[in-house]
Amino acid sequence: METAVETDNKLKIAGKVFNSRLIVGTGKYASFAENRQALEISGAEMVTVAVRRIELDKTKESILNFIDPEKYTLLPNTAGCYSVKETVMTAQLAREAGLGNFIKVEVIGDEKTLFPDNEATLEASKLLVKDGFHVMPYCSDDVVLCKKLEDIGCSAVMPLAAPIGSGLGIRNPYNLKLILEAVSVPVIVDAGVGTASDASRAMELGVAGLLMNTAIAGAKDPLKMAQAMKLAVQSGRLAYEAGRIPKKLYATASSPIDGLIDL
Amino acid sequence: MQLVINGQEKDLQSSGTVTQMLKELDITGSHIAVALNFQVVPRSSYDQTPLNEGDKIEIVHAVGGG
Repeated sequence: METAVETDNKLKIAGKVFNSRLIVGTGKYASFAENRQALEISGAEMVTVAVRRIELDKTKESILNFIDPEKYTLLPNTAGCYSVKETVMTAQLAREAGLGNFIKVEVIGDEKTLFPDNEATLEASKLLVKDGFHVMPYCSDDVVLCKKLEDIGCSAVMPLAAPIGSGLGIRNPYNLKLILEAVSVPVIVDAGVGTASDASRAMELGVAGLLMNTAIAGAKDPLKMAQAMKLAVQSGRLAYEAGRIPKKLYATASSPIDGLIDL
Repeated sequence: MQLVINGQEKDLQSSGTVTQMLKELDITGSHIAVALNFQVVPRSSYDQTPLNEGDKIEIVHAVGGG
């Protein structure tokens, strides 16, 4: 007798298989040590990093002393870029720095909402695909855009569920469903998750994975939240694969109607 | 030699290559990347890439981010 079941399949991006559907960021942690522990607990196998200037006059301790690039697949981002030119150059610098071939294309179009500049995202993604990167763009939850990103060769699409760091949860599940129907590359919800139920809800829709940073790093206890997110992603995925019951307005009895005692 | 490195003006003793500049700045990590006048310099070319007065240089590495 089976006493536990597992997910039917694993997340695969650009031919690489991941045992976890959770991708986590490395920003905003109190220390490298806490960051490392949260990553470990989350079970994530892909982690994002940013690319920034080395501070010339400070000690040059690297985050990669704490996050082993042999153990985790790095997903460098182009966060903070507002133009195609900056984005392409940041990606090329990341690759040259030995951070691998994956790139999270993030071209910001508006400082206040951190919403992506979708036109520039498409353009930068096209250039980087041609340059041999496995491109995973952060983008709006727009089905037409996601289809275009797939068509130009992106390895995944990463629509936002709500603004970065907002914790507002899954604001438009219907748009995510449309995207899931339209594209065949992995759809990874990037940004907006606030707590475990948001993560489960996204996974129950059938998305391939979730990328989050603030929801874990900004929690009062990041280590507990890392564990909560791990479980939420797993249970959401299992519920999706299990297939939920249809919703209906009236009750259906769980106990048999026949054999009731007759008083 | 006057260079602009990561937005700061720097007067370096060495007047040679990217390799010499990194040595003088005491940047030894393997996970770094260098751009010279907005062009990425391949690691394999550090020894042969000469620097000139006023060059704009970016030296980057990975930091925490989401």
